[in-house]
Amino acid sequence: MRYRGRRGEGLMGVLPSEPDDDLYVRLKAFEGRPAVTGGTGKDPVNAPMIRHWCEAMGDTNPAYEGPDAIAPPTMLQAWTMGGLSGHRNGHGHSHGHGRGRPGRSSAYDALFSLLDEAGCTSVVATDCEQEYLRPLRPGDRITFDAVIESVSPRKTTKLGTGYFVTTRMDVRADGELAGTHRFRILKYAPAEGRRTPARPHPHPRPVINRDNAAFWAGVAERKLLIQRCTHCTALRFPWLPGCNRCGGDGWDTVEAAGHGTVFSYVVMHHPPFPAFDPPYAVGLIELAEGVRMVAGVVGVPPEKVRIGMPVRLEFRTVEEDLVLPVFNGRQA
Amino acid sequence: MRAGDDLPSLTIPITRTLIIAGALASRDYQDVHHDTEAAKSKGSPDIFMNILTTNGLVGRYITDHFGPHAVLRKVAIRLGAPNYPGDELVLRGTVRSLDGDTAEVRIIGTNRLGHHVTGTVTVAMPRSSQETKQDPTP
Repeated sequence: MRYRGRRGEGLMGVLPSEPDDDLYVRLKAFEGRPAVTGGTGKDPVNAPMIRHWCEAMGDTNPAYEGPDAIAPPTMLQAWTMGGLSGHRNGHGHSHGHGRGRPGRSSAYDALFSLLDEAGCTSVVATDCEQEYLRPLRPGDRITFDAVIESVSPRKTTKLGTGYFVTTRMDVRADGELAGTHRFRILKYAPAEGRRTPARPHPHPRPVINRDNAAFWAGVAERKLLIQRCTHCTALRFPWLPGCNRCGGDGWDTVEAAGHGTVFSYVVMHHPPFPAFDPPYAVGLIELAEGVRMVAGVVGVPPEKVRIGMPVRLEFRTVEEDLVLPVFNGRQA
Repeated sequence: MRAGDDLPSLTIPITRTLIIAGALASRDYQDVHHDTEAAKSKGSPDIFMNILTTNGLVGRYITDHFGPHAVLRKVAIRLGAPNYPGDELVLRGTVRSLDGDTAEVRIIGTNRLGHHVTGTVTVAMPRSSQETKQDPTP
């Protein structure tokens, strides 16, 4: 989807969290506890590390050179990193808060252990928010403290299922606050089968229940049926057990003529879900009868879909036993 | 400069060298940023760029444009699709707002998988530098 997630949900599309998660309750108890106390930068801010950074980034800003050089502000986190020796204590990967260094808190280790034990052994960084209060200059000695700001409920992402952990770090230069660094990681259990994308994935199935069974029976016969209240004649879609105008529970159906317009739409680019081939357009279609429904928009390139565009109903045989209504935007 | 202005885009080839040099320059020795086999064993098709490098490239994009007197105040980024070797990162920016000498720039960096990075940079331009930029008296 166009990239505008809610907090902590930016990475590769996130499905709703699951209820009754005891681990989440235990993880959440770590919010507010220290992640790093009394961390010390391994090296003072120095010209060689600045130069190596600028070389890597292709950054030729003269402000980072010469006798009055400042460090690139975006290096803030680099001064706090444990580096290779930071991995000495063994767990594998740090996300850059001096893992295995003396400054790292027991609370943070315990949080990571809980996640590791739950199978969430992989880490990926998702967000970095830095504020720079004063420039860092060669010679500045770096100290830092960090707090576990928040832990998300369990989330399922394309990478796997896990928890977003947000820490907030204060970085000081010679004791003076120089910047803050908020960092979010996803600690997750890698999804199974990600390395065999060639395996065909079945298209997701509609959930059919007694409230909507007649709708899907209609679709199977290539009819798009709209529910109509037998008390007040209001049309409703999607299918519901009662009328949302008068509350009546009696209903019959009207077959949609198949004319509609795009009321709104999204173009899915990312994440790529199995069985779908991005980019593709999903429309909120306003039917001529007045109700709206969500369906795929076909027949035109996704980037050509526009609000107000006329569309016609079609039925597509997606798989042998699965027919879905879609809307074709090709002009007749 | 006005709100709504687009910055010229910056295209950065994502080489294996850039990914590894960026990881090492940022002191990030996670194997997924330099060891292809280790990255594959963790379900990634290849090594991928670390967030610190992306952050550095976003900072560079802004100061390349606004000049050496520009002062970065805030850089807030969110990662999406990974930067794998062989891809290309195209950074684009739009001035969202302007408050005195301080601009807020919305950043989007795309690769062939989609949005690698989205974010906001707050950058201040001391008056003297604005004048030198806006007053090209010979």
